[in-house]
Amino acid sequence: MIEPILRLDGVSKQFGGLAALTDVSFSLNEGEVVGLIGPNGAGKTTLVNVVTGNLRRSSGRILFKSEDVGLQKPYQAARRGLARTFQIVQPFPAMTVLENVTAGALFGAGAGSLGDARDMAMQSLEFVGLDALADRPAANLALAARKRLELAKSLAMNPKVLMLDEVNAGLNSSEIDGALALIRKIAERGVTVLIIEHLMKVVLSLSKRLLVLHHGQLIADGPSAEIVADERVIEAYLGAKFAARLKELNHG
Amino acid sequence: MAIYLQILSNGLMLGALYACLAVGFSLVWGVLNVINMLHGSFIILGGYLTFFAWHLYGIHPVAMLPVVAALMFALGFALQKLVINRVVSAPVLTTLTLTFGLDMILYNAMTYWFTATPRRITLDLGAVQLGSIVLPVDRLVGTGLALAMTLLLYAVMRGSSIGRAIVAVRMDRSAAELMGIRTDRIYAITFGIGALMAGVAGVVFATVFPITTNVTGIWLGKAFVVCVVGGLGSVPGALVGGLVLGLVESFAGHWFGPQQAITAGFVLMLVLLLTRPTGLVGVRGYE
Amino acid sequence: MKSGFPLYAALVAGLLVLATTPLYADNYVVRTAAIVAMYGALATSWNFIGGFTGYPSFSTAAFFGLGAYVGAICQRHGIPMGLAWAIATVVVAAFAALLGGIILRLRGHYFAIGSIAVVELCRLVVSSWSTLTGGGDGLNLPLMSWPPEELMRFFLFVMLAILLASLIATILVDRSRLGFGLRCIHQNEDAAAMVGINTTVYKIAAYTLSAMFCATAGAAYASWTGYIDPTDSFQIVMTVKVVVMALLGGAGTILGPALGAAAFVLLEELFWANFLDWNRAILGVVIVLLIFFLPGGLLSLRALRRLRAAKIGGRE
Repeated sequence: MIEPILRLDGVSKQFGGLAALTDVSFSLNEGEVVGLIGPNGAGKTTLVNVVTGNLRRSSGRILFKSEDVGLQKPYQAARRGLARTFQIVQPFPAMTVLENVTAGALFGAGAGSLGDARDMAMQSLEFVGLDALADRPAANLALAARKRLELAKSLAMNPKVLMLDEVNAGLNSSEIDGALALIRKIAERGVTVLIIEHLMKVVLSLSKRLLVLHHGQLIADGPSAEIVADERVIEAYLGAKFAARLKELNHG
Repeated sequence: MAIYLQILSNGLMLGALYACLAVGFSLVWGVLNVINMLHGSFIILGGYLTFFAWHLYGIHPVAMLPVVAALMFALGFALQKLVINRVVSAPVLTTLTLTFGLDMILYNAMTYWFTATPRRITLDLGAVQLGSIVLPVDRLVGTGLALAMTLLLYAVMRGSSIGRAIVAVRMDRSAAELMGIRTDRIYAITFGIGALMAGVAGVVFATVFPITTNVTGIWLGKAFVVCVVGGLGSVPGALVGGLVLGLVESFAGHWFGPQQAITAGFVLMLVLLLTRPTGLVGVRGYE
Repeated sequence: MKSGFPLYAALVAGLLVLATTPLYADNYVVRTAAIVAMYGALATSWNFIGGFTGYPSFSTAAFFGLGAYVGAICQRHGIPMGLAWAIATVVVAAFAALLGGIILRLRGHYFAIGSIAVVELCRLVVSSWSTLTGGGDGLNLPLMSWPPEELMRFFLFVMLAILLASLIATILVDRSRLGFGLRCIHQNEDAAAMVGINTTVYKIAAYTLSAMFCATAGAAYASWTGYIDPTDSFQIVMTVKVVVMALLGGAGTILGPALGAAAFVLLEELFWANFLDWNRAILGVVIVLLIFFLPGGLLSLRALRRLRAAKIGGRE
């Protein structure tokens, strides 16, 4: 059997007395594109933060290529190939677009020299279609371009697993289409992608497998088509009352 | 046992003075996010005004209190409005350097006009004896005044509309602006209050400690420690910080010698800075 | 990437002007040149943590004073002067690395006061540890029985050498992975960690670099003056002065801090000579004007822009 690239085993996270994640277990196989959905406040971003070391898990194991990385720091996660984007983009504002991405290649992918890093960064910018803006200060970019910059930076880090936290938030529908096409292209390169979304529509068009988080618990894990028909998932999203009514409608 | 009661009461008296000394500094830091390096010189300026009014015109320090308060408020208000406000949202390096530059000017002017000779008002009010504890009356009066003014400030912050507006700006500047609060004006008022409280501390200090420009740095250092110990931007924080520092200095002075008293204060500050940066009575979210 | 030629030309020219003062000027000018070089080294050192990394450090005087004391104590125990300076440098660098591991967890205002408190604490500890440091009475160093001109010239070259070393270190860091990483931390520390920068180690490296040359300068200064005491060695005013120098020239640039130090020292000498009673106030006015009218420092002036460092990625 092939070892999964990332495996969570009974991971919990508490803030004081508040449980943000409770006993979450799942694994991602290499090259898979998986959607992580759940209503607002379900713990999706906490989950990503725990995996990348921005937060320390309270208990459980996080295995990257069979190695326990539960105690890693964010920079170690980045060097291992666990890259992420943030809901709120985090550029180096006074640096140029190229410099931003060069930082990813130099430190994340461990490029041998600054020159190499810059070449890698340029490729990454071409890949996301930002090469024309390479010399612009990052602070001057519009939101859609800034999200692309985040992607280019993550890609330049040569990631094994890429976690995209709400990359589409705040974009209009044509910008979303562009972003989805880009994510598909990334997946074709063999990168394992975990897409965090609360818009079900977006996830369904990309991933064959879905994870559903609700109140910090993983309530479903399986093929997308089955998940969207799962009662508990519908309940989590719409509330029990509406779920019941929806069921009536379907049967009637 | 008696000795410890004496140290305890000394520490509490000192602590009340420290609270009064630091509360304005803390407010300015918490609300404007500005470290006001002028604060030590403000205290000494208040002290000089009191001393010379007494020395030249025979005006009693207590009678000078409202005068010094008004003058210092005006000075602080104008400085903030005309000078500091221009860079109030700049990084700490800029604002700290600016207030340091202003302090050099004020310091130089005071040294030039008043010379560095230590001045002190001796009221000679004797002492009262409570059991085995001896309390000098001038110190007791000073402590009372310092506490009264600090509590008055607390009442103003809690009870008046300006006090509420200051608290609102401290909590969330942009939300306060949306509610129609003019932050520029609040900043100037807060800085004025900061200078006022420094002036009040100066009036009290003039009857208790020697007044000289040589000690501005020492008082500024105390203000730092009190803020870090108690937490920024609140009157209760300054009170707790002041009292803790007063007690720590008193007891450390007794056990390890007077030189170590100051060191103990700084060690306390560094330890708290690293373990509990929001202070003992911390308000969240100041970096 | 931009040509670094104007930068190097200015660097060499500046060092030459300072180094040749003994040929054509009196002892007072030579002394001033040595002071310029010393403050230049201090401001250039501060630039590693304050300019590149953006951490508002006010610990310069602590490193300078500790360097002076370690050097003095070594010399009093018969260790030759040069070796004493080297020991001071290494000891203080180690101290800064340890201290950095603790206080660099603080950010913004809290880091600023933590670093100021370090200066006060060092002064207090040195004053009270009398058996080793002589306490408040200070320490005398072995006298150097050289003619005054020769002595002056010697220390001018020593200070110039320290300045040059700090500048070379700056240029190397600026072009390296370390410099790039520090600039990333300056911009957004969380994002820097997310691209794989070990921010803790990088910050400690910057803090240690900012301490090393200060320690050498402090030890050399102690040998030069022959006497040190806690009040003079650990001055908050000196700490802030060095920061102002770096801001005056241009924080985060290569030559800016040294240039700012030269401008500041010359102004200070001018004010001392002409306005004895008001020199401190005039410096205060200079600081206020600087903050308002020249926030980017001298190197942001049009005529001097060409001396700015070429930055990674070719942006001016």
